[in-house]
Amino acid sequence: MNESTHDKTLKRKEFIRDSFQKGMTFVLGFLAAVGLRKAQNSNTVWQIDPEKCIHCENCSTKCVVEPSAVKCVQDYPICGYCQLCFGYFQPNANELTSAAENQICPTDAIERLFIEDPYWEYNIREDVCIGCAKCVHLCEVFGNASFYLQVRHDVCVNCNDCSIARHCPADAFERVSKDKPYLLKT
Amino acid sequence: MIRLHSMTTFLFRVAVLLVMVMGFQAFSQENRFPAPEFESEYTFPETTQPPQEGLFSDLTDVVILTGFLLLACYFVFKTRSRKGLFGLTVASLIYFGFIRQGCVCPIGSIQNVTLSFFDPGYALALSTLLFFVIPLGFALFAGRVFCSGICPLGAIQDLVVLHPIRLPRAVNEGLSMFKYVYFGLAVLFAATGTGFIICRFDPFIGFFRLNANPGMIFFGAGMLMIGAFIARPYCRFLCPYSVLLNWMSRFSKWHLSITPDHCIQCRLCEDSCPFDYIHQPNLDHKPESRRIGLRRLNVLVLAVPLLMLLFGWVGSVLAEPMAQLNHTVALVEQILDEPEGATEPSTDSVDAFRQSGQSWDALLATANSIRKKFYVGGWLLGLFIGLVFGLKWIRLSLSWSRKDYEPDRGNCLSCGRCFQACPNDKENLLISQGV
Repeated sequence: MNESTHDKTLKRKEFIRDSFQKGMTFVLGFLAAVGLRKAQNSNTVWQIDPEKCIHCENCSTKCVVEPSAVKCVQDYPICGYCQLCFGYFQPNANELTSAAENQICPTDAIERLFIEDPYWEYNIREDVCIGCAKCVHLCEVFGNASFYLQVRHDVCVNCNDCSIARHCPADAFERVSKDKPYLLKT
Repeated sequence: MIRLHSMTTFLFRVAVLLVMVMGFQAFSQENRFPAPEFESEYTFPETTQPPQEGLFSDLTDVVILTGFLLLACYFVFKTRSRKGLFGLTVASLIYFGFIRQGCVCPIGSIQNVTLSFFDPGYALALSTLLFFVIPLGFALFAGRVFCSGICPLGAIQDLVVLHPIRLPRAVNEGLSMFKYVYFGLAVLFAATGTGFIICRFDPFIGFFRLNANPGMIFFGAGMLMIGAFIARPYCRFLCPYSVLLNWMSRFSKWHLSITPDHCIQCRLCEDSCPFDYIHQPNLDHKPESRRIGLRRLNVLVLAVPLLMLLFGWVGSVLAEPMAQLNHTVALVEQILDEPEGATEPSTDSVDAFRQSGQSWDALLATANSIRKKFYVGGWLLGLFIGLVFGLKWIRLSLSWSRKDYEPDRGNCLSCGRCFQACPNDKENLLISQGV
């Protein structure tokens, strides 16, 4: 192969590469343009739809964060402020005190405060709540369902493929806008 | 007192059970217990809604990504500095890895973009789209600068390349085909709304979060241990994003060059690439006779469609087992598998479906449409893999004449290790002169 044919080959190679480069730029630009039309300014985060949740306890075990980023929340206006809270006390509790054997919660994550006779306020200690939904289940079955699960975004690392969502039997996890990241009942 | 309490407990339970047994469904919609009438001044506490915590907003991350890419270009083209690229690698590992903790990364964004094309209900975030497009755009003009040290998955592997060994060419090429299969599967699973498998099997996210289940840790640690000897195995053999980057970088306008000047054929860079992505010159290369070459090419070109059909058929056969991984399809199977006259639902999913009151027909229709998507997708996936394998076969059968040591444009990760080997490099020249 003499020099001139080698140069020719090089030029042809460059031309082919150049054309492909332009073609690819066009394809990528087209893809970006189509994507841009659909794209939304705000990112999404994961949240639980409390209407779909069946309190199966997966949230406490399937999250990549430990303890889980899913916590029980208390929706105060729904709560009955019962002295005998079904979400707080064991069904066979001997007395209505915060002794461990009387509680449903395995981690003592519910705070019980006296307001006035006969009303008691129940607060969630989120730093110890593991999202097991034991209280949620009983509150929904026997009470006002003011306890329910929500993904807490100060804990959640917002995995692109949420591990709990993948295991959720009720398909209750959904992507919601970061601007309105909670699905509260009230 | 104790007796009184257990008495109230009992009465409450009886009352509630009565209500439930009587089946006042409407009642369950209302509050079972009336709202308290406080005598003291009591206001309802607010249910807190803590926002997502992050060092910067998503779009700031896009700006940082672009800045890092520009910096990588500067180090690759302007200063030809491996040290600079190494610093960038560490910086990216710290920011994109340990601080930002991964999601969404450009590799995973393939799935978000795919899902947004197939599911009109899915809202693609602007930052995710930009994370997907920007590194590809850079690859089109400057080669795979994203891989050089900005990708946190690449960065963590790049830092453990201790004693790279050279793989036989057949092994290297063979293993690198996995990423095409992985890419195709990821697109199929994202398009059918089944899941994001790239994120699910991300080997290093556990390290970035310093928190993962043992399986993930073992996978990641194994990958890093292998990576000490077989440099950056995830990037070379598995990374689905590298498929796209490869296509872009192959035709890139500019690309990293080993030598800043004319290659003097000194062979010093020969062993500098731990990934074996440097093509060696073959000056003694004699082109084979045109007749034989053409005949072989013809046979191969005819064989490619057959290969595609074969793989396509395999894909269509595998469509059904793959569809079983979809939540909806699996749910339909579970309901169909319920024994006749069973009172208790066999799984939580079945239970949840019954409670939700969705219609069975709607569920069945959704599952069937997903199955159909998997069937078509299985064919397309097979055709794609067949085409890629066929083209690879053709490419391997062709021999090229080369005069200089050149990086493989498609595969080169722009890490800049070869800069240090080239004696034409000014910095190296000064060192050799003892300055």
